[in-house]
Amino acid sequence: MKKSEVPQDKSNISSVNMRELCYATDDNGNYTTELSSGWEPKTIALSNAIEDIKERTEAARQQVINGELSPIVYFMELSKMDLGILAGYTGIWQWRIKRHFKPKVFAGLSNKVLQKYATAFLITAEELKNFKG
Amino acid sequence: MTTDFTHHQAAHCENGVASNLLKHNGLNISEPMVFGIGSGLFFVYLPFIKVNHAPAFSYRPMPGAIFSRLAKRLGLKIKRQKFSGSQAAQKALDDNLKNNIPSGLQVGVYNLTYFPDDYRFHFNAHNLVVYGKTGNDYLISDPVMETTTTLTTEELDRVRFAKGAFAPKGQMYYPIDIPKDIDFKKAINKAIKATCRDMLAPVPIVGVWGIKYVAKQIRKWPVKLGVRKANHYLAQIVRMQEEIGTGGGGFRFIYGAFLQEASVILDNPQLKELSFEMTAIGDLWRDFAVEAARVYKKRSSKPDVYNMLADMLTDIANREEQFFKQLRKAV
Repeated sequence: MKKSEVPQDKSNISSVNMRELCYATDDNGNYTTELSSGWEPKTIALSNAIEDIKERTEAARQQVINGELSPIVYFMELSKMDLGILAGYTGIWQWRIKRHFKPKVFAGLSNKVLQKYATAFLITAEELKNFKG
Repeated sequence: MTTDFTHHQAAHCENGVASNLLKHNGLNISEPMVFGIGSGLFFVYLPFIKVNHAPAFSYRPMPGAIFSRLAKRLGLKIKRQKFSGSQAAQKALDDNLKNNIPSGLQVGVYNLTYFPDDYRFHFNAHNLVVYGKTGNDYLISDPVMETTTTLTTEELDRVRFAKGAFAPKGQMYYPIDIPKDIDFKKAINKAIKATCRDMLAPVPIVGVWGIKYVAKQIRKWPVKLGVRKANHYLAQIVRMQEEIGTGGGGFRFIYGAFLQEASVILDNPQLKELSFEMTAIGDLWRDFAVEAARVYKKRSSKPDVYNMLADMLTDIANREEQFFKQLRKAV
């Protein structure tokens, strides 16, 4: 990549005035560095991942409204987590978390367990308990 | 308290932290040199591990490997500590700062508040340097940022004890011994040989073979998984290839820069020639990313796009195979 070809596209980082360092070559093929504000193919790939998460979060929200799943699933998707990561943050075994996905089981959870989830999601236990979609 | 640490921006976090910490300790070593001697160039495809609901691809070795190999090859001593609790982790860091030792930390990206929201995923192999503390704020030199920044004590604790794959467990590291006479020639030779061995390894998911294997899989994806999932997987390839600062097979460009520096140190003009080929291969990776982006953005009007992408990738793999075979002979 030539120094003059280092992409300066609008991106998710240019919005916060962040620029990345890239290695690129001068006219003689010798390496030097240049800052880049972003590159479109990269931004598209990232947006794809963000869209995917948004869809999963929205689907979870609907299922919470319909009473099919507990709010834990919604906040897990919102926090970009999966079962393994949530188990790491809460210290609760995965199979127990899966049980807590059921609204009936969730309704009977103690404040202590709710607080573990709330801490992992950086919200209050009240917000978690009272989430209705 | 603060240490007299100088922040230099880098393309990749691990190289950057290593280079910045060593510069602080009097060893002037560039980012490409760290990357090259640490054998940072790699490829592995892990279809059985899912990241963000798509298979894992990695263009770099395990987190921490670059700095460890660099230290081994240059004879540096690096102290690494992991912690079971926040208090011990914070105390060890504070003690280091009191003793004027800027310290490298492995952290999770998700709670790095100075990152743009869209970049905050549960990715735990990021690296930064803490070089001071004022009140409740730690002074942070994150090598992918243009300038230094800060994190509160609570924020730093959260990123040091991020959970999930590669959980950092508060990991802290810093050089404790740097020998006076370092044999760069020997280290570079060894490192180049190791990179060639890795990239040409006769393992189906590693190096050049791994790239060819992924190309084969791409041909099957649209039929086997449906277009939606196939596109999601493609996006994953590009995202892993385009981690912050590595835009467009950017590791190839860093490696090219390393070969140019190495060619001067070893007085070997052939390495310079090879660096031009590496640049050309890096550009092919860029072209691949552009075409792949068109596909998952559904902008591609070309017929049979998946086979076309697979052909591009196979072509890259063949060029790299030739490249590493020549490089192996050149040192």
